[in-house]
Amino acid sequence: MAKRIDVSGLTAYYGTHRAVDDISLSIEPRSVTAFIGPSGCGKSTLLRTLNRMHEVTPGGRVEGKVMLDEEDLYGPGVDPVAVRRTIGMVFQRPNPFPTMSIYENVAAGLRLNGTKKKKVLDSVVEHSLQGANLWKEVKDRLHKPSSHLSGGQQQRLCIARAIAVQPQVLLMDEPCSALDPVSTLAVEDLIGGLKEQYTIVIVTHNMQQAARISDRTAFFNLAEIGRPGTLVEIDETERIFSNPSAQATEDYISGRFG
Amino acid sequence: MDTSPNSAPTGVRGKAVRAGDRIFRGLSRGSGLALLLIMAAIAAFLGYRAYLAVSRDSVDFLTSFEWNPQGHPPAFGIGVLAFGTAVSSVIAMLIAVPVSVGIALFITHYAPRRLAGPLAYLIDLLAAVPSVIYGLWGALFLVPYLDGLTRWLDHYLGWTVVFDMSEPGSPARSLFTAGILLAVMILPIITNVSREVFRQVPKSHEEAALALGATRWEVIRTAVLPFGRSGIVSASMLGLGRALGETMAVATVLSPGFAFSWRLLDPGSGTFAQNIAAKFNEADDFGRDALIASGLVLFAITLLVNGAARLIIARRKEYSGAAA
Amino acid sequence: MSRTDTTAPAQRSSRGGTADAGERPVGAAHRRGATDVRLAKRRLPRWSSPLVAAGSAALGCGAGAAAGWHNPVQWALLSALLFVAATYVLTAAVEGRRQAGDRVAASLVWVCFLAAVVPLVSLAWTTVRNGSGLISGYFLTHSMGGITNIQPGGGIYHALLGTLEQVGLATALAAPVGLLTGVYLVEYGGGRFAAAVTFFVDVMTGVPSIVAGLFVLSFWNLGLGFGPSGFAGSMALALLMMPVVVRSTEEMLKLVPHELREASLALGVPKWRTIARVVLPTAAGGITTGVMLAVARITGETAPVMLLVFGNPLINPDPFAGAQESLPLYVWNQYKLGNDASVDRAWAGALTLIAFVMLLNLLARAVARWKSPRGTGR
Repeated sequence: MAKRIDVSGLTAYYGTHRAVDDISLSIEPRSVTAFIGPSGCGKSTLLRTLNRMHEVTPGGRVEGKVMLDEEDLYGPGVDPVAVRRTIGMVFQRPNPFPTMSIYENVAAGLRLNGTKKKKVLDSVVEHSLQGANLWKEVKDRLHKPSSHLSGGQQQRLCIARAIAVQPQVLLMDEPCSALDPVSTLAVEDLIGGLKEQYTIVIVTHNMQQAARISDRTAFFNLAEIGRPGTLVEIDETERIFSNPSAQATEDYISGRFG
Repeated sequence: MDTSPNSAPTGVRGKAVRAGDRIFRGLSRGSGLALLLIMAAIAAFLGYRAYLAVSRDSVDFLTSFEWNPQGHPPAFGIGVLAFGTAVSSVIAMLIAVPVSVGIALFITHYAPRRLAGPLAYLIDLLAAVPSVIYGLWGALFLVPYLDGLTRWLDHYLGWTVVFDMSEPGSPARSLFTAGILLAVMILPIITNVSREVFRQVPKSHEEAALALGATRWEVIRTAVLPFGRSGIVSASMLGLGRALGETMAVATVLSPGFAFSWRLLDPGSGTFAQNIAAKFNEADDFGRDALIASGLVLFAITLLVNGAARLIIARRKEYSGAAA
Repeated sequence: MSRTDTTAPAQRSSRGGTADAGERPVGAAHRRGATDVRLAKRRLPRWSSPLVAAGSAALGCGAGAAAGWHNPVQWALLSALLFVAATYVLTAAVEGRRQAGDRVAASLVWVCFLAAVVPLVSLAWTTVRNGSGLISGYFLTHSMGGITNIQPGGGIYHALLGTLEQVGLATALAAPVGLLTGVYLVEYGGGRFAAAVTFFVDVMTGVPSIVAGLFVLSFWNLGLGFGPSGFAGSMALALLMMPVVVRSTEEMLKLVPHELREASLALGVPKWRTIARVVLPTAAGGITTGVMLAVARITGETAPVMLLVFGNPLINPDPFAGAQESLPLYVWNQYKLGNDASVDRAWAGALTLIAFVMLLNLLARAVARWKSPRGTGR
């Protein structure tokens, strides 16, 4: 199920302003890759180019290639909608659909795909909620509104919603930054379990989190404010944090800037 | 109601002692009071006049289908008017609400972004046109144009009683035409409020739907419309309120008549407002009081509708606080 | 919490298919996410949509004409139907049903928008075409005195004068009261009195214009015994204008940041001065716009004027005594006369009225944009 992503020569723009410049990296399948770097270095922008959400922003456009196994996501004739069905995303602030119940939220993606049979929906909803470590907590109130859940539970609900459609890749944009430490722990555990089935890319502000949960880490930086972000280095997490190749990485990790 | 916390300064100086403060506060308070007095006066004067008329009515004011205040004894009832007002307004809503929602969606989600502002302005222009000009256009342009459509409807859909014309070929001065004209007139209101509602849908919900691989219409169906549902309802009710009270436009396209009929394509019917406009000049004192009584009923109805609309808006504000 | 036992990275199992079979969560019934789903699908070219539109228009008009329909509205309806149907079928065949649904929704939304534009254009076009013939200097400066109803000729001077006077008086009545009430609600509000006032302002917003006319009638004419006059009409118009001014004043005042008031108060400026010298001037642009838009609205009101001002073919410069004419009432009366000459005059009057109202609207928005504090982009 999980696929690898190869980015080559990717540059992302907002209008004429370059947000990230000439990024080339590989995301290994069935692993967690973390994007770290100071504020404004474009890691979220880069993440959003991977599922073609960047172009939803007014003025957003992309040059370069993003290969999902053998296919270029930005190739001619590729429908962004199809891309987004294959590559799921979890956002910084939990955003379950407020007018839907827990069940309906998880089933939303399936329903859009045309799945109608109740038995199928039921079992997929249950399985996704189990996969998100949320089943036990909500199984007795599946049809209650999702707004009654705590922040951490809502985020796990969003993860369940995303995995219900069986994406190849799961993108996570600072999924824990709006959560308390206990919920953060729960989500991190979840990510550790999920990576056996999915390719996961996570953007995080929290270096310790990256060190905890990721297999590979990519460090981004910008030369100065207003300049586009670039990839400084990408390597196995242990190496990045113990023996990075670039001085800038070392400086960032040891907190000399950030 | 969240009002400003800026009440008169207290503390060291006690209550507002400065003369300027007192005068100003008094003036503004007095204006509010004047408003209240005016409202009370409206109720009193209208109620008195209406009472004068209704108390001498020989038939049931609320249900009978004739208008003969000059008769001996006087007999007049608002049955036809209530029916006509309701029917024309319902027709207007059936047409205007879906089209307005469509236009609002168009402006917020489908039109090129730079055009959104000018397009909204274009719709506002529709709202600025005085109703008598709508009436002129309706009578001298719309009615002749609808002749063909009404004949077609009668021919093919006459088996439904509503589209059956007693005399096919009679001019289209019917409740149906009035409904269409009203629909055009209330489009801008419903569109504007709906547009505001759609603009306020949090982007994160739309992005969540997009990230699941939804097409544009699916995003709207999943994230925008459910969120904006109550807003659309209150917008529609505001439009309804306007349609109920519309006088001049209806008066130009609807030929007056006091027959109660389900044949909506037949010319001749009445609405509250149109009836007042049509009969006012020839009415004697008593007839005028009878018209005032019908106006009071209209006022009560629009009060209810507008009140319900505001209630829905208020309740929605509480809700959306949680759904931020 | 420790993650030191992270499994070794870089498992190049790019062939997820067979290895995953055992882990596939649900049975075969759930068949989404085949590992080799191809992303690039067939898509309709960009020019297909306008092409289909043109085609359906041609077909619709042709079929309509052939069936003996003479009404362009019917042709348009038929074309719209054909367009939507063709879009669905075509897209479903090429791209799939979800895309087809998306396209149909898009075409419906476009149709809705056009459905709004068509009446607007038609209205403008009809008014200009029918009314421009009579507009002239003479028309604008003469009244209907001496002209019988069927004769061509005459003008709208008396109506213009009447409207200006009535609207002016109404503004003089409604603007200060409305403004001060808005000030009260925002700056001194809170408490049950303010709640009552707000409630009744809401109620007043919903008063149909003819009911406002009836009220003034029962109060001023029937109750106090006065005859028709421009002033009576002004009172009804003021009634309609007041709640609008209150609401827009409220909104504008709420936009003024608290910090501004606090800065002034902290300097020891008394509250009433703060409001009059700091808050109101800041909100002045928006308030003016609100008043102008309200004026534009009541300028076009006919119903209450018909009841109270009555109409007068001659010039009556005194709004306090005797019947007057107003522009919308003129249009109505001329239309009701029904003959060619009067209908022509009605259209010309309508054109003047609409030009006037549009001008006011444009001016109001220009003022808003000019005076907006730091461009609160709307």
